[in-house]
Amino acid sequence: MNDALPTWVDVILVPLINLLLALVLSGVVVALIGKDPFEALYILVNGSVGSAYGWGYTLFYATNFIFTGLGVAVAFHARLFNIGGEGQAALGGLGVALVLLNLPLPHWSVAILAATVGAALFGAAWAAIPAYLQAKRGSHIVITTIMFNFIASALMVFLLSRVLLVPGAGGSPETARFADAVHLPNAYDVLPWLGFSRSTPLNVSFFLAIAACVFVWALIWKSRLGYEIRAFGHSEQAAKYAGTSPTKIIMIAMLISGGLIGLMATNSVMGEAERLVIDPVQGAGFVGIAVALMGRSHPVGVFLAALLFGALYQGGGELTFEMNGMTREIILVIQALVILFTGALDNMVRAPLEAAFLSRRRRPAAPGPTSPKGADNDPVTGTQS
Amino acid sequence: MDFADAIQILDSALRLATPLLLACLAGLFSERAGIFDIGLEGKLLASAFFSAAAAFATGSAWIGLAAGIGASCVLALVHGVASITFRGNQLISGVAINFLASGMTVVIGEAWFALGGRTPQLEGPARFGSVDLPFAAALADVPVLGPIYAEILSGHSILVYLALGTVPLTWWILFRTRFGLRLRAVGENPAAVDTAGVSVVGLRYAAVMIAGVLCGIGGVYLATALSAGFVKEMSAGRGFIALAALIFAKWRPWYALGACFLFGLLEALGNRYQNIDIAGFDVPTQFMQALPYILTVVILAGFVGKAIPPRAGGEPYVKER
Repeated sequence: MNDALPTWVDVILVPLINLLLALVLSGVVVALIGKDPFEALYILVNGSVGSAYGWGYTLFYATNFIFTGLGVAVAFHARLFNIGGEGQAALGGLGVALVLLNLPLPHWSVAILAATVGAALFGAAWAAIPAYLQAKRGSHIVITTIMFNFIASALMVFLLSRVLLVPGAGGSPETARFADAVHLPNAYDVLPWLGFSRSTPLNVSFFLAIAACVFVWALIWKSRLGYEIRAFGHSEQAAKYAGTSPTKIIMIAMLISGGLIGLMATNSVMGEAERLVIDPVQGAGFVGIAVALMGRSHPVGVFLAALLFGALYQGGGELTFEMNGMTREIILVIQALVILFTGALDNMVRAPLEAAFLSRRRRPAAPGPTSPKGADNDPVTGTQS
Repeated sequence: MDFADAIQILDSALRLATPLLLACLAGLFSERAGIFDIGLEGKLLASAFFSAAAAFATGSAWIGLAAGIGASCVLALVHGVASITFRGNQLISGVAINFLASGMTVVIGEAWFALGGRTPQLEGPARFGSVDLPFAAALADVPVLGPIYAEILSGHSILVYLALGTVPLTWWILFRTRFGLRLRAVGENPAAVDTAGVSVVGLRYAAVMIAGVLCGIGGVYLATALSAGFVKEMSAGRGFIALAALIFAKWRPWYALGACFLFGLLEALGNRYQNIDIAGFDVPTQFMQALPYILTVVILAGFVGKAIPPRAGGEPYVKER
């Protein structure tokens, strides 16, 4: 960790400043195209958390982003940058669909367990090949996971349009609808008195996402394996010296990462669409990168950042309806700026703060050993041989 | 497939290879100087949008070219500031640039033109028209070589020839000039360059900005020559295919030409045939689309010749104190 800054500055103030910078810059963009940024902000907030309807969607999106954010975060701890979330989540969707279409599952409680296994296995399998190539052949995991996103998208189009297509579905590339028995209870079924509408997409897999947060917390900070993953992430050489096998850590971290990202399908494919359609991921794999960066790769941070991005995605949808000439893509701009400030321009915010805090504490300005890799949440893969 | 078909496919392959080639050479400059660039896609997209918007507003493709290069260079500068000045993570910066471009182009496009993220159709001088090479008409009747010259090589936009010319130019700059030697050195061992009294920061900025210019031309070609205007997400992963081609070409300019032409050919074949029948196997078009990515993974895995990236790639340079 960083010695120069108190913990609260490191985990709360810096991400908040980064978020603020991103929002202000996006506001400038909105103002430059001749719209009122404050009106846009109002619609964004009101549309996402101003009603039970909005919350239903906000938490639904947040569920997706918790899974993908956790997945990216686990890989970050091993200093691996998993950009392959799009592909892994799509394959997770395939796993869910195959399980639900082929097994006669009597009840949703059994079905969600089976779907979880299917989603995790398929997501992990799609991460396995890039992980193996990184571990054994030194192929850069960032490039291979990007390539695997495209391969996954071609594979999914092929499967949906040639193999899994239902006869008589009007030719639209999607699978048959899952059985009614495996319909996941949504927020209206579970908590009808909170005012969620009957068709709200928020469903019980939200609890699965919370369970995944607890799992990741226990894994990373309370288990031997998590310790090894973090040790490997901090220094590959030291981990090797301590007897940890780099191959094992790269493989395990990526399998867990891909599995968690694949789990997203229990929410989006099983919970909402109830069939597998083209592109069930909708960019959530990439949002996971922003969520993990902003959440500082900690489950609590990931949870909060996922809520924020869930609200942004829902509010962005409302913007398109409510404001003339405004599109939801403004969310992509905010997302891009959050990634830029928290991930790449971290030193820009951090350095002045460090200087300020150092001078306030009147400590002699003894700079610690500067890491040549930049910020400490910087997941550049140092594993390239 | 007869001779006329083959000519048509090769002609279309050259068109489709051009944006890949420009983006690939852009990546080559940047990565040879030790700056990873996965933001090629975003730069292509931003350039495509702003060139189409400027060309539509002014009616001049050349002003479009300037606007496209300008837009791409702004993003290149952001990448430079993040990864050189603030020593941030180059990969994350690239990811951010891709999202920034795909968000901005639609937001601004909708606000300016209200066409769902498209720009209006470009016509006449707002597009780069085709240029006939000398004697193309006269030589067209020569058997075999005539059609190859007249149909495949001639009749493209000026930007295609510019892209082809950039290949030897890149080779000459990188391998025959002092600047090129230093640029390659900075990607392998920046400390040595620094010791020799040459600015690492300056060289890296130069490389990143050259990448901005080349990517800009690629984007302009997409919107004003290959198509007649901008549509949402029109770069369609070309920046990533260019990255794949760069690895496939092992960071060398002439190989890059070959790799980009190969990937352009795959796209041209995929566009023309929905299904390809090879020795009784029905090869789906999706497989053709995925082939560049699969080939790249195979190359990266080192099973077919090892692709070794510049050694200091992705590492911010910190001067020793």
